[in-house]
Amino acid sequence: MRNDPDQKLSADHFVADLDETPVKAVDAVDESEKPRSSWNDAWDSMKKRPTFWISAVLILFVIVVAIAPGLFTHTSPTRGASLPDSNGGPEAGHPMGFTLQGLDVYARVVYGAQASLTVGLLATIIVTIVGVVIGSLAGYYGGWLDAVVSRIGDIFFAIPTVLGAIVLMSVLPSRTPLTVALVLSLFAWPQIARIMRGSVLGAKSSDYVMASAALGVSRFRILLRHVVPNAITPVIVVATVSLGTFIVAEATLSFLGIGLPSGVMSWGNDIDQARSSLRVAPMPLIWPAAALSVTVLSFLMMGDVVRDALDPKARARR
Amino acid sequence: MTTTATTPEQSPRASSTAPLLEIKGLKIGFKTQAGYVDAVRGVDITMRQGESLAIVGESGSGKSTTATSIIDLLPGTGEVTGGQILFEGRDLTKVTPAEMQQIRGRDIGYVPQDPMSNLNPVWSIGFQVEEAIKANGVATGKQAVRARTIEVLKEAGLGDADQRLKQFPHQFSGGMRQRVLIGIGLSSRPKLLIADEPTSALDVTVQRRILDHLESLTRDYGTSVLFITHDLGLAAERAEKLVVMYKGRVVESGPSKEILANPQHPYTQRLVAAAPSLASRRIQSTIEPTHAHAGEIAAEGADDAELIARAHQREEAGKADAEYIRVDNLSKTYRIRQGGFKTTELKAVDDVSFAIPRGTTTALVGESGSGKSTVAKLVLQLESITSGTVKVGGQSVGALRGKELFDFRRRVQPVFQDPYGSLDPMYSVGNTIAEPLVTHGVGDRKSRQARVRELLEQVSLPVSTVNRYPSELSGGQRQRIAVARALALKPDVIVLDEAVSALDVLVQGQILDLLTDLQTELGLTYLFITHDLAVVRLIADNVAVMQKGRVVEAGTTDEIFAAPSKQYTRELLEAIPGAAFEFGR
Repeated sequence: MRNDPDQKLSADHFVADLDETPVKAVDAVDESEKPRSSWNDAWDSMKKRPTFWISAVLILFVIVVAIAPGLFTHTSPTRGASLPDSNGGPEAGHPMGFTLQGLDVYARVVYGAQASLTVGLLATIIVTIVGVVIGSLAGYYGGWLDAVVSRIGDIFFAIPTVLGAIVLMSVLPSRTPLTVALVLSLFAWPQIARIMRGSVLGAKSSDYVMASAALGVSRFRILLRHVVPNAITPVIVVATVSLGTFIVAEATLSFLGIGLPSGVMSWGNDIDQARSSLRVAPMPLIWPAAALSVTVLSFLMMGDVVRDALDPKARARR
Repeated sequence: MTTTATTPEQSPRASSTAPLLEIKGLKIGFKTQAGYVDAVRGVDITMRQGESLAIVGESGSGKSTTATSIIDLLPGTGEVTGGQILFEGRDLTKVTPAEMQQIRGRDIGYVPQDPMSNLNPVWSIGFQVEEAIKANGVATGKQAVRARTIEVLKEAGLGDADQRLKQFPHQFSGGMRQRVLIGIGLSSRPKLLIADEPTSALDVTVQRRILDHLESLTRDYGTSVLFITHDLGLAAERAEKLVVMYKGRVVESGPSKEILANPQHPYTQRLVAAAPSLASRRIQSTIEPTHAHAGEIAAEGADDAELIARAHQREEAGKADAEYIRVDNLSKTYRIRQGGFKTTELKAVDDVSFAIPRGTTTALVGESGSGKSTVAKLVLQLESITSGTVKVGGQSVGALRGKELFDFRRRVQPVFQDPYGSLDPMYSVGNTIAEPLVTHGVGDRKSRQARVRELLEQVSLPVSTVNRYPSELSGGQRQRIAVARALALKPDVIVLDEAVSALDVLVQGQILDLLTDLQTELGLTYLFITHDLAVVRLIADNVAVMQKGRVVEAGTTDEIFAAPSKQYTRELLEAIPGAAFEFGR
């Protein structure tokens, strides 16, 4: 039987109306939409989320406060202490009241942002760089390098970050935001390294890596140009979230009296100092604690949004 | 729209004239951020008791969506937005979830597509079958359930079922897992069985055995089977009626044989024409051969003088060209860790020899685990050779180091199977194609951009594709880009590892045409690795059939297809779905 238009079709042979079902060219490229990388996609998905905008605005605000605290208050956080105002309630010009020493709480909260944010950012940057470098080398080259690095990581992993930091901070001669960040990083890098290593292991066995190898691209260049960019997304997510946890860790250490020295204004120090008179005057403790919570929360929310946007499963568009 | 008239000859198993399943004007949409996207746009299907029907279509045609909507298992945000699904007169789009649970499994069985991921790896096979039997109330009481489980598995073709109940899915091969899934699907003797690409993940010979078995089982039970498949040959062979879907609509439906012999809708005609079968011949390039080495391919129809001239050229090219790629006694052994310090050796490639003349295509055919892909990697020098030699253009590949190996990469390029995996998702198309040029320091920025545009044109993609990313392109388009990348350095040899296996039949046909044209134009030599003999017929000049690491039979494509001398080759050829079918083309 060959194609024969005159041939009688059996009764249940249905053919759709050609006008209703036009046949398009096989596999034509859709040129109507603008090209988009996966970063574009991530951005498009993020910008539709209210959570993203709320946390972005909060984070930006905290950063501006940290950089230029003078824009937000003209009251000095350290001078002009008036003992009669000790633990005093809010009054004109001092919306959050006074600390035990009679200093303006609002001014201290504003100036405290800098130390908290510096420690958080520094620690995150150090941890990410160290973790990504070590994790990718271990995952990519494998062998003894992987074995040694992974075991060293496990050792640090076994020590709780805050506990390790308490021990180390108590013996350090100088305590600045940088040393606090370094100490926190020392105990926190294995987490990022582990994530990076796992992610690199997945990416290095993909076909595009083999295709590049067959082109003659060198191993190290493949790592830099193909493996790391494809493996980095989970690290970005974790890093965003960990920024918040580093701020908490700094506050914890300062609260315990072994973080930043009491001369440095930080939310942790203020919480510590307000602790003694918590029962009679809770507000000097609650305001810096609230600032801390809001900052950390906004980084956690941002991490959540970033994860949703970068998760390849959530972004399957075939 | 589909009329209900029937003739008894067409469906001898039909017991009544009332339809078992009647889908009327079914519409399904997927909710996205941009609103509803229609996946199925008004589908009508009628199935009678005991009838077998196949829905055929390319990926994205809505065939699986239609089938899963019957048992309310639409993925993600899918929703029936209109129409009716009448099963024995009852509208399934209106039943409650609890009622649907009763129907699912009991009245309508389902065999999913991928046997590798559809059995839970943490539970034993026996447990999973028992679960299905208990859930559908087929048997009650521990003893009865156990007995029924063994019965079900035996019926599904697992002879030693009673001993294997405690085994886990990873201890079963793909074919056996699919038998288990078929057993589960049929365990409660449903009236309708939906088989969603039941064998597309399996080797052809396994596929054939499983489908034969499924056919005899459903015939015995009088079960109606609804096949979902992309394979026209399989549909024609296994189903009495065909429904061809395209972009969410039914474009043609009716008796299988009639549709294949006399397709009416342009889309069906296209599908039928593109379906690879044994009847087809080697694709001939439409391009005038300009390269001397391409002479052999298009020798047909040339006049004498031309033929003599070409023969002369061929002679000049000499013996080196007749054995441009030469593989001698090639072996590859892997050491596999057995736990502890024990290792065992696995011979992936065992004493393989063949030669490929310049400008021709040799196909390596075999089922999964036959070692064909390992041969490809050895020829590409992506794995080290255990023993034997591979020579390309007289140069021994295994000994290449450093600069020599780097230069060798320019001459031999791969195209891999998975068009979703072989392109870096973070690289734009332009950067992907330019990567070989950058790596080998060819030209400056501007000349590289020009070359990328030229390559895109060569693989028939619009130049505007340059700035796009792989995720925006279809499988076929990605494979074109992979071909363009492979061509960038003007290689002599391209190793194609299952390069068209993941593509829809029409797209597959397009890529094969493209490869043939490029071969004629550029005088390329192809080593074509595939499991699909029907594709071999279309593209290869010579074939080597591999089984368990060895070449069992080799020869020209015509010889092997006309008169296979080995039992294994015959089995492979017979197992091609629709092999014995007369296509109207």
